[in-house]
Amino acid sequence: MSTLSTLRLFCSQVLAILGKDIRYELRSKQTWLGMGLFALLVFVIFNFAFDLRVENRAAVAPGALWVAFVFASLLGLGRTIAAEREGGSLDRLLLCPVDRRAIYLAKLLGNLLFIGIVELVALPIFAALFSVPLFSGELFPIVLLGTLGVAIIGTLFSAMTAATRARELLLPLLVFPLIVPVVIAAVRATGALMITAPDEPPWLGLLAAFDVIFLSLALLTFSYVIEE
Amino acid sequence: MTYIGSDERASKRRPDPTCTEGSSLAQAARRQETSPRPEAERPFVEIQGLRKSFAFRPVLRGIDLSLRAGERLALLGANGAGKTTLLRILACLTRPTAGQALVAGLDCVHEAQEVRRLVGFVAHQPYLYEELTALENLLFFARMYGVARGRERALLLLERVGLARRARDRVGSLSRGQLQRLALARALLHGPRLLLLDEAETGLDEAGTALLSTLLAEHMAEGGTLILTTHRPEFALQQADRLVMLKGGRIVYHEAVAGLELAQVRRAYQEVVG
Repeated sequence: MSTLSTLRLFCSQVLAILGKDIRYELRSKQTWLGMGLFALLVFVIFNFAFDLRVENRAAVAPGALWVAFVFASLLGLGRTIAAEREGGSLDRLLLCPVDRRAIYLAKLLGNLLFIGIVELVALPIFAALFSVPLFSGELFPIVLLGTLGVAIIGTLFSAMTAATRARELLLPLLVFPLIVPVVIAAVRATGALMITAPDEPPWLGLLAAFDVIFLSLALLTFSYVIEE
Repeated sequence: MTYIGSDERASKRRPDPTCTEGSSLAQAARRQETSPRPEAERPFVEIQGLRKSFAFRPVLRGIDLSLRAGERLALLGANGAGKTTLLRILACLTRPTAGQALVAGLDCVHEAQEVRRLVGFVAHQPYLYEELTALENLLFFARMYGVARGRERALLLLERVGLARRARDRVGSLSRGQLQRLALARALLHGPRLLLLDEAETGLDEAGTALLSTLLAEHMAEGGTLILTTHRPEFALQQADRLVMLKGGRIVYHEAVAGLELAQVRRAYQEVVG
């Protein structure tokens, strides 16, 4: 098989799995509704819990935003592979002569899409509740790269924990330590949009580097994680 | 113990819809063709010293088995005897701890992707996407196997398994027997040369079992090979050329079906299971 036709088959398989997951999710509404409601609840609770005076708003708001995004993401990420494994359909997918990297990429893109939709809905509500001016063009790459970092790690580890009984407990335990650099960089970069601080490290560059390194690692290791 | 096979069936090679000229599958086929050993004599499935343990608990303890193209083998044994594990290794779903399993000369571990193109698998549970329709399920798997004219093939198979009218119904609304028929259609979608059935008759009514027999006969007529597991000796006698019984991960009984009486098989099965 030529490289071009292999690539075409690979892309077709990624799109087929992604399309199936989107259709499945739109019909079952298992994940994205829960994620969205969770993010909104976190915003409301944080809004009441923190003392949000004008001078400390920039320090608290980015943290609240990313805690909500990360926790909500984990709700969805936990279901990524577990739902397929519980239904037994993961075996049927693994029976197919499909490149395991295609499965990973499709699941990653699906997670990005669902988390992205939740973020798109949650951001205006967050801006209104916390009275912060967050709608600058610079926020988009921060949210995109930060979410990508969380999704890259979360998708890989959701495959790893899907076969275990305590996956709801294990997934955050494994994911949180690894995404600390993402959370720090994303929170600081978001904070820098509100108050310009001198000599800030290049947070966006750090996020991008994290994403590239861990995406490569995930693509290399996914087949070992998903297969028996 | 007799080794029987059907040379006539083996000589009828089914064209592989997913096999391309440069693939290692094509290369393996060429290797077989250029081999000095006649193809009819070459086993299509070769299992040598196969062992599998889960967390130090042995499930298969050294299985040696071979099957020529066009042969039908039935595996019997109590629950936990290792039947499903053996099928899962042949389907490249589980890696063996030791030993080797080859399908059409391809290694189930190192050439798994090529083996997967040759294998169709039906388990006792259908494992379909419940929120998708019957047709959507088949179309999805057709794309996964790269089946040419997938829609046509999916509709044809739905018609063949008697589900044409339910094609656009969600799988969650189908009965147990209908789900099993759909799982059978999915397994046949890419024209597999080796069909693995893991208690596939479970949940099928009389008409469903008759349909399964017809589809298996068609698969064999096209040069296919079959390995099935069952707890029903009469079903094994009907569908297989050879019977193998497993106990504790070892082969304890291996006989050709020709000349065997149902009562003999039942007695042997009771001894093995009991």
